[in-house]
Order: sequence, then structure tokens, then C-alpha cells
Amino acid sequence: MGTDQKPRLELSGITKRFPGVLANDNVSFAVQPGAIHALLGENGAGKSTLVKMIYGIMSPDAGDIRWNGEVIRVANPKAARKLGIGMVFQHFSLFEALTVLENIALGMDAKIPARELEARIRQVMDQYGLKLDPHRTVSTLSVGERQRIEIVRALLLNPKLLIMDEPTSVLTPQEVDQLFIVLRKLAAEGCSILYISHKLHEIKALCDTATILRGGKLVDTCDPKVETSRSMAEKMIGGNLKSIEKPQGRSLGTEKFVVNRLNLPAIGHFGTALKDITFTVRAGEIFGIAGVAGNGQTALLLALSGEEPVDDAGAITLDGVPLGTLDAKRRRLEGLAAVPEERNGHAAVPDFTLWDNAVLTARDRLGLALSGFIQPRAARKYAGEVISAFSVKATGTEAVAGSLSGGNLQKYIMGREILQKPTALVVSQPTWGVDAGAAAAIHQSLVDLAGAGSSIIVISQDLDELLSLCDTLAVINGGRLSKPMRVSEADINEIGLLMGGVHGTPQETHIESGAVHAVTA
Amino acid sequence: MTIEFAIAIIFAIVLVASPILLAGLGELVVEKAGVLNLGVEGMMLIGAVTGFAVTSSFGSPWLGTLAAAMAGATASMIFGFLTLTLAANQVATGLALTIFGGGFSALAGKAFLGKTVPAFTQLFPSPLATDPIWRVVFGYSPLVYFSLAMCIGVAWFLKSTRAGLILRAVGENDLSAHSIGYSVTGVRYAAVAFGGAMAGIAGSMFSLVLTPIWAEGLTAGRGWIALALVVFAAWKPYRLLVGAYLFGAVMTLEVHAKAAGGVFSALPSELWAALPYLMTIIVLVIISLRRSGNSVAPACLGKPFLPTI
Repeated sequence: MGTDQKPRLELSGITKRFPGVLANDNVSFAVQPGAIHALLGENGAGKSTLVKMIYGIMSPDAGDIRWNGEVIRVANPKAARKLGIGMVFQHFSLFEALTVLENIALGMDAKIPARELEARIRQVMDQYGLKLDPHRTVSTLSVGERQRIEIVRALLLNPKLLIMDEPTSVLTPQEVDQLFIVLRKLAAEGCSILYISHKLHEIKALCDTATILRGGKLVDTCDPKVETSRSMAEKMIGGNLKSIEKPQGRSLGTEKFVVNRLNLPAIGHFGTALKDITFTVRAGEIFGIAGVAGNGQTALLLALSGEEPVDDAGAITLDGVPLGTLDAKRRRLEGLAAVPEERNGHAAVPDFTLWDNAVLTARDRLGLALSGFIQPRAARKYAGEVISAFSVKATGTEAVAGSLSGGNLQKYIMGREILQKPTALVVSQPTWGVDAGAAAAIHQSLVDLAGAGSSIIVISQDLDELLSLCDTLAVINGGRLSKPMRVSEADINEIGLLMGGVHGTPQETHIESGAVHAVTA
Repeated sequence: MTIEFAIAIIFAIVLVASPILLAGLGELVVEKAGVLNLGVEGMMLIGAVTGFAVTSSFGSPWLGTLAAAMAGATASMIFGFLTLTLAANQVATGLALTIFGGGFSALAGKAFLGKTVPAFTQLFPSPLATDPIWRVVFGYSPLVYFSLAMCIGVAWFLKSTRAGLILRAVGENDLSAHSIGYSVTGVRYAAVAFGGAMAGIAGSMFSLVLTPIWAEGLTAGRGWIALALVVFAAWKPYRLLVGAYLFGAVMTLEVHAKAAGGVFSALPSELWAALPYLMTIIVLVIISLRRSGNSVAPACLGKPFLPTI
């Protein structure tokens, strides 16, 4: 305030109400020209609602949006783009069956002939060092490349404000670095950037200002370079952040879960074949599998859980018992449980109640279905235990799984498996789209389960998560697993290169070598 | 086999194939937009009876065809309102439309049973259209040329125009199309109306060109063939053309083979009756097997669009 320069975007008193929820309550802040402004908050804090109003997907119930000092009404995304507001969505709004060029053409409001558009795309890509083949079909591209489409699409409109919604959650460290270079260059040219994230060290590295939301209300607008990650995290969750408590000096037990030369042919058109996957997890060990999406993680989870049994029984053994040819049900009985990445529709049936969902995976180990009949009382009791032990926010065991927020459903699903006391647990993306509080609870529960002597395998694209949680780490790339390395000795540069670098080829990076981030959230 | 006989066979093939091609092209566009309208047969029957009634009353098959297109589009708007605005189940609504179309055409056609209508005038001048040889190129009903032009037009529209790209985008990922700022429901209404109009014209071809005497249920399930061909043609207009003409060819062959007697009549007639369907499906399946990958259904096909706002 007080400067003669008008803010690029100014929100005052923005309020948005949904039935039963106040999504945004009197939110006011300003984004200066050329500033990289962070919008920080847990899932459900109202970040998405807020940016949807800026981008014209929704309209506020009360409050003003000022653009370069003038009050505006953003009727729809087209109007937003006309003003110079671009947005890169977290869940890419791309059309899988169409080409890069067609996807970008769809995002353009002006009618530009395909040839001219292609020339402009190439120009923008050269200018910002974004590499893409305009004629590739999107379904064949990696997540990082898909994000580049969205960025190019937004940049073609010469935006004055670029909204980035959780842009780095699926990128390799090198890709994150490249993205930051692009964003800094844009900001230097005068484009404001509204950067939504919950990765605090990124916000500290990139952003000039941070606005923190909690429960729809603005908590603070601060300078992230002055704040610590911890102080921002605590503002975000409104309490003290619990760090993961790892018992000191614990020793790992005997070899428990052994995967030896596991092979699986590719499933479907775009699946990845698993090639000679070999690793060993000891009792009490948390084993992390890092990698960029689409490198065989899905197949690996299916092969380990038993949804895709393999021909070689000895490829997977638990306490010496060969499990390779068994299906998921029998592997559960042997003590191997799994939590897939997709919560709604894979780990849980969204239209079923929580206790119905408990029956689905705990029926055999806990006797929730006897001689073909469901035991509703036992199932409800078990579901209730999970809800209270993992502080799941739900109306009760009769709540429908799909009605829970992502974090709460994930806590419930993790709890459902962990309370069955599995000997080994395989989880994929345990904190994907989960708020910081729930993520901390989930991490702690995994550490506790390991402390009780189980072997845990965590498949995740979130390298920070793996580095803070795991004892041992390996990288999956193109269906092959790297040599496991101890996390305490891991080199983030090397991990990044193993993950496939920026374009699948090792190249120079800008991360100081050996700098493993100290992670808070 | 004389050349006149060969030309007669070609005529028969074209007449069987054209209405299937028309209805199929309409449904192809509808499905590319992500809507599954199983009411093709019903809309064809509504078009058939409307076309017949208007032609019979006003004496102009052109007016009749136009009325058939409008009737088909109107019927499809009932489907559109139920499935797009009220988000009703598309399969059930489409089936209901087929049943409704059958009943409506039978009722409305009661007064016309056994009546005939004037035929289309030739599109090309008489020496060309009536020449015993050249009529194989110039002697068809105008609707035949219309169907071929529409095939080229639909292929071009989907591949090369911005509107076609938006339509495909809506069928691929309705939520993304919506978030970019396209009207998913609007695009789908337009596609459904186009599909209805095309089905109506296809129906009028039965009552005005193929058998210009009114009879109940005269489309004889060809709407279902068109629906199936769209799937087996992998949503590609030119493959649909191949499929429709292939079906027409085997259908015509069947009739002539039975008439020829000898070896052919040794086969059971049920097998002959099934042959057009079997051959068409087998050939199209083989075509789509060869180039796998791109030939997948529109991702949002049949799913109701429910924006979260």
C-alpha cells in the first residue's frame, strides 16, 4: 500500500458460500505486478474456490475483484483470458486422444490457422526453453510434458497474471528446477504469478509473498523468505505441526518381504512392463519407490497386491512363503495388504458405506464375513475402531465413502489396512491430494506400523515424502528398479537422474549436489 | 452377366447403403460429442412417416425430406432434453425413443397405408440420368448424392474445422471442455439435433425412395445396423461408408444368390440372412484390428455431464 503502482490483482472481502460450507470468508489480498505470490493452505481451505472465482469459473457471493485498480466482474474463463489471466490446472484439462496442437488450439479464443498457431507455439517454446512436439498425441506424453502443454497454452495469450495450481506435485526435481526458471523469467518480464502449493520449501525458494488460508479465512500474508517452513505450516494447519517421530537408533530385523526378478508384461496400450524387479524389505523397514508417473508404478502395485498374479511363485515371498501366483485375497490372508493410489473406485467403493468398505478388504483376516454371510455388527465395530483410531472426520460408520474428503478417506483406508496388522503393507501415493495434517497422521501411522515390525513399501512420486519417511529408496524408471540406496546417504541429484532427468536424458542440473531437503510438512 | 444386370446390382447396393450411411453419419457426430442415442431407429420411423405424409399432401418429395429432417430433429430434442438437461440415462431414453418412434409412425401412418407418393425428379438432365450405362453414375435419387456429400462433409468437419475440434473435445473430456469455457450441453444439443435430422432424412429415404408405398415398420431395423456400424467403423466417417456399402453389397448378393439357385440354395436360408451382418462386422473388426491405438471410443460416450458448479 502507499505506492503509486496499482496492484495487478486485488481481492477485497471475497465471500463464497456453498450449501453447508463457507468456502471463502471475507478474503482480501493483492498481487503486485511481476510478483510471484504464493497461495498456501490445506485441502479444503478454499484455495481452489478462490482461484476459480478469479478465473471466472465461479462468481463470488460478495466482495470485489480489482484488476489494475478497476473493479471487474469475471463472467467466465473466456473473459478472464481476455483480461490477461491464464491458469494452469492441477488436474490438467487436456484431451488425451487429441494432439498437443489441437489441445492448445482448443484453449485459444481467437481463431488462428493451425500453421500460424504452430509457429507461435514453437516461438514460445524456444523463448522459455519448453520442449514439446506439437503433433504428438497427449496420451503418449509424460506428466511433465503435459504440464508444459498447459503452460505453453497459457503463455500464448501473453498473460499478465498466471495462476499455477499445485504445479510441482508430479515433477522430478530437475523438472521443478526448469519450471522455476520459466516462472522467474516470466515474473521478470512483468507477469504476476499466483502460485498455489503446499510445498513450503518451494514457496520459500520461489515466492515473494505468501497468503495463507485456513478454513476459508485469510490467516496471514507474509514474506516466505523471512518465515520458516515450520511457522508457515503451523499457520496453515492452525496448530502445532507434529513432526514424524521415528524411534531413535532402531535396528532393522531380518529379511521379510523379498521380491526376486519380478516380471510382468505391459497391461493395456499405455501400460509399462515390469522387468526383473528385485528388492528386499526387512522387518521394520520402510522401503520407498520413487519415480515419475507412468514408469511402471501402477503395474508394480498390481503385481505386489496380487491383482495381477505372476507365473513365478517365488518372485514374491513373505517370510519365506511364495506368494507370486496367489491372488489378492489369498495374499491378504498371508499378511500382505495393499493400498492403491486411487481412493475412489479402487481402494474404496465411493457409493458404499464405510463399514461396507471395511468388509471388502478385512473380511477374511477379521472374520467379517462368515460362511458367505456378512457380520454387520463386527464390521460396524471394526469400522468404528478405524474411525476413532485414525481420527477420521465422518458422520459415522454409515457415512458413504465418497462423501469423505480425500484426506479423511485416505486415513480411513490406511487405518482399515493397518488395524488388520499386516506383516507387509504396500501403499501407493499415500498422501496424494491430502492436506498436511492428514499427511502427517498417515506418515506417523506408517512409521508406527514399521515400528511394530512390519515391512512397508511406499510407492510415491513425491520425493520429499519418501526422503522424510523411508529408510531405503529405489527408483523405478521404464519398468526397471534401480539399486536400493540408504536414504541417509542418498544424493538428490543422482535420484533425479535415475528418475529420468528432464527429458529422459541426463543433463546439467541446477541443484547444488548433495542438498537433501530438510522436510517439514 | 450382362452390363445391365451389373448396373442393376450396383443400384440395389447403393439404395441399401445410402440410408444406413445417412443415419450412421448423424449418429457418428452425436457419439463424437459424447452422447449415445440409441433412438436412431425410432427417429428414422418418425422421419419416414413425416416425409411420406408431407409428400403425399403437398406433392413435393423435397418438402417431404425437409419435413422428415425437422421431425427427426424434433424427436431428438425430446431425447436431448431428457438426457442433457435432466441428465437421464441415455441408454434407457434412447430405447424409449425407438419404441415411441415405432408407435408414432404406425399411428400417424394409418391413413396412408397402401398409398403411394410422387418420386424425386432426377438431379441430372435426362440424357445422362436415363442413359442405360451412365445412369450408374448420374441416375440415383438426390438423397444418394446427399449422403456421399455428407460423408465428405462430416469427415472434413471433424478433422479440419475448429467447431469439429470442439465437438471432439466435448466428447473426449467434458469437464475439461467446460473448464476451458465451452458449452458442453450446447455442443451436445447441436450434435443430437444433427443426428436426429440425419436419421429423419434416412427414414424418409425408405418411404420416398426405396419403397414409395407406406407400410408399417418399413425401416426394418436398419437404424440398429447404422448404430453398430458406427462402433465397428471406429467412429471414422470413411470407414462407415465402407461398412454401409459392404452391408449393401452382401445384402444384394444374398438376394441374387438365392435367386440363382444351384450351389447357393444348398445353404440354409437363415445363414444367408445372417451373412450381411456377419460379413460387415468381421471386415470392420479386421480393419480396426490392423491399426490399433487410435480407434478408441470417445472417452465420455454415454456419460451424463454434471458440472459441479
